[in-house]
Amino acid sequence: MKEAGVKAWLPSLLRLALVVLLIAFVTNPGWFEPLLKPLTENNAPAIYNQGSLLTLTLLHLRTVLIATMAATIVAVALAILVTRPAGIEFLPLSRSLVNIGQTFPPVAVLALAVPAVGFGEKPTLIALFLYGLLPIFENALTGLTTLPANVVEAARGAGMTGWQRLVKVELPLSAPIILGGIRLSVVISLATATIGSTVAARTLGEVIIAGLLSNNLAFVLQGGLIVAALAVLIYDGLSAIERYTARRMGQETA
Amino acid sequence: MTVRFDKLGVVIAAIVAYAAFAAPFATFRANRIVPGEARSILEALPAATGSLLLAIVVVSAIIALLKTPLILRLAASVVALAALALLIGVAGSFLTPQGNTFARISPASGFWLLIFAFTLLLADVLTRLNLSPWARIGVLVVAAAAIGLLLVSGSWDSLSILKEYANRADSFWAEGSKHVTLALGSLAAAVISGLPLGILCHRVEKLRAGVLNVLNIIQTIPSIALFGLLIAPLGWVATHVPGAASLGIRGIGTAPAFVALFLYSLLPVVANTVIGLVGVPRAANDAARGMGMTERQRLFGVEFPLAFPVILTGIRIVLVQNIGLATIAALIGGGGFGVFVFQGVGQTAMDLVLLGAMPTVALAFAAAIVLDAVIEMTSIRRREAQPA
Repeated sequence: MKEAGVKAWLPSLLRLALVVLLIAFVTNPGWFEPLLKPLTENNAPAIYNQGSLLTLTLLHLRTVLIATMAATIVAVALAILVTRPAGIEFLPLSRSLVNIGQTFPPVAVLALAVPAVGFGEKPTLIALFLYGLLPIFENALTGLTTLPANVVEAARGAGMTGWQRLVKVELPLSAPIILGGIRLSVVISLATATIGSTVAARTLGEVIIAGLLSNNLAFVLQGGLIVAALAVLIYDGLSAIERYTARRMGQETA
Repeated sequence: MTVRFDKLGVVIAAIVAYAAFAAPFATFRANRIVPGEARSILEALPAATGSLLLAIVVVSAIIALLKTPLILRLAASVVALAALALLIGVAGSFLTPQGNTFARISPASGFWLLIFAFTLLLADVLTRLNLSPWARIGVLVVAAAAIGLLLVSGSWDSLSILKEYANRADSFWAEGSKHVTLALGSLAAAVISGLPLGILCHRVEKLRAGVLNVLNIIQTIPSIALFGLLIAPLGWVATHVPGAASLGIRGIGTAPAFVALFLYSLLPVVANTVIGLVGVPRAANDAARGMGMTERQRLFGVEFPLAFPVILTGIRIVLVQNIGLATIAALIGGGGFGVFVFQGVGQTAMDLVLLGAMPTVALAFAAAIVLDAVIEMTSIRRREAQPA
């Protein structure tokens, strides 16, 4: 019994440790200098020194947050539109467009956005937005088109209007699947945002690219690890929310 | 007779109206890096040709706008796209002053929007036609042949992208083959090692969660960081393992890019192998066992063929993803089309960016269409072989 208890707690403890480690690292990177020092050559600095890691982390998260919020609103609205009677004509086309859209490499989207909006944060936001749209749209579509028919019928039978059905039945029921799409989209965006630094956006990619340019492995490692830790934590957090909503929906519809 | 509008057609017609009459068709620049001057359709083409293009575009848009038979819509989109593709080349030579080799003519937003609008129409028609897998591959081949013909015939030679190409023809093909080698080679390596790993994870349930978690975490490492992190270990291998350097293993260049792409490819291959094998109906397995098949016969004769479409879906994800990610290899000296993209970003020469981005997008797109068709063919065969 005791062993089972430890096993159940271990993941939470590991997550907690990762959160503490991450916060300690971005606020006080100096503490970790001895660990990273062996990775540098010719007495190069072991901790990124052209900007604060904390600021870059927050800017990175802000970029991802803005892009994901915009992508969520647009993708869910589109999915709702093409599953209503008025928009059903667009459903097959929107499916194939999503398929085509996914073949566009993020680097290409990023580079092609530069002539339109210039260097900096904007092309990154556009690329993250476009790239984030697809998983959310696809999942929202799956959620809204695979609702149990008897539930929708029951809602109609109860005299709900189209709008009420959407807000009170269809959206809550597909919420877990939509959240799954948002989770995928956030994880992709966290990694893709680093590429944004090739077009001068201020993200953690700056640290990695500085490391690549000056052949400083310590920079590459710290930039990469912060992003990976953020991705793992956010992925876990969103999975937990997803399980929670799925459980609630399960109880309500059972 | 009442006129009925097509909903998608309204969107297309609106885009066409803006693109043809309010947006620039081509951009003229006196040399490679100065800001461009916009030219409308009538300014960019000889008067008669310009009017002809406008007429084609407007008529096609009207066909899209009204509820018309599919075959007419198909013809309208193909004719409009062909006219645009041909005449942008004509605009290039028309706008280039005689004997001037510095002037750059590039397609502008109006041209791209028109292409987008009619591609949307074409995509809608093709989706509604519900083509068979072979027919889809056929459409792809015809489109590729048409574009190839336009490129070879030289009718686009006066456009700025092809001027960039002309300056770099040799390195373009060298980087192109590096790009394809990276994407396909890492895919092959991932399939060769991912399939057995997936089968193992399916057989030994204790391994499954562990292996999939590790592969999941690898996916969260940003690509540029993973590429960079592999420089050190591979550099160490190159200097300390005899024979490694002569195999082309080095700290920077293709080797770390190859390994990084390989690592990213493992998750979709392994995960889909497991999902595919788990999804094999118990009845099929029981029947095979009842027939006295050995474990090995069952794997290759029953489970594997049944799981194949799902495994193939994993391979499709990997291939499209690898073609895109291989562009990043350029950042660590690994070559590929990314070389042009990053050079172009560095020099703010957008034609150079396009020279790198267009073939990448085209490759990924073609790979997706072909593999989707193959997946559909194999799952149809599976359904036929497995009478409900």
